[in-house]
Amino acid sequence: MIRKLSVTSVWVLDKDEALDFYVNKLGLEKGQDIKQGAYRWLTVRVPGDAGTEISLEKPGPPVQDEATAAQLRELITKGALGGVVFVTDDVRGLYETLKERGVTDFTQEPADNFYGTDMGVRDPFGNAIRILQPKKVAHEAKA
Amino acid sequence: MSREVEVFNRRLLRARDAMDRAYAEPLDVRAVAAVAHVSEAHFIRSFRAVFGETPHRYLQRRRVERSMFLLRETDRSITDICFDVGFTSRGTFSRTFREIVGETPSDYRVGHGPMVVPNCFQVAFMRPVGRRGWRCNRAVLETPPRRPLPSIRVVPIKSRRGEDKR
Repeated sequence: MIRKLSVTSVWVLDKDEALDFYVNKLGLEKGQDIKQGAYRWLTVRVPGDAGTEISLEKPGPPVQDEATAAQLRELITKGALGGVVFVTDDVRGLYETLKERGVTDFTQEPADNFYGTDMGVRDPFGNAIRILQPKKVAHEAKA
Repeated sequence: MSREVEVFNRRLLRARDAMDRAYAEPLDVRAVAAVAHVSEAHFIRSFRAVFGETPHRYLQRRRVERSMFLLRETDRSITDICFDVGFTSRGTFSRTFREIVGETPSDYRVGHGPMVVPNCFQVAFMRPVGRRGWRCNRAVLETPPRRPLPSIRVVPIKSRRGEDKR
């Protein structure tokens, strides 16, 4: 039985720029940053959640040939790839914090829904990020 | 794909996001084009080449998707919903809705109830394509070789400042 999500990848166009955004703007923490030959294993993660890493990967050889990498870069910059969803305890407070840190590419300001309040933002390359503050469920008192 | 095209795609995406955020407001193509740092005509041409549909059509589908949401989730009158999502005439709304969804707003309301899919996924994945389908997108894809995007013309900041106001 699968127990936990360990690593997922986000395609980026520049790893340093991605690291700056995900850590200094969004507030994640740097996970692994290891150079192995030409490859840089670079991950970020939710602070305190060392079990789930987001690997920041750049399209190109040897994973893809240049033509495929170009297609992938096109999809990234068109916002056509999937995104990630994070959870926070205070989405409106985080929205203000992100604005103070210079984030401008919001796809949606905080909005209330039946499941909670969420907002949307893009990373510098076009990847969509959702941030959700789940609605608190009132637990029934147990006798 | 050159770095220039990547940057231009990103600018167009930023402009599309601006349309998404202000979907209920009148479409100010000049202001949205200014977000992408291009002229109106260049913006419309490029938007269609990159996203497969005109900005107007994109906004229509965006508004209709939101109206579908409100029809399902609220008891608001169809006329109120029409204005809520940015249409200025009930007739245009009903005609556009029917053309895109395939049924009238009132028929849609009767046949559909609230959904449990999170809103952000509804907005992205439940947006109706319309009975015409993705015709303009196929037209782009079927034109080999793909035409290069027009060169970028930067609009002076002074003239953009007023246009950004919506």
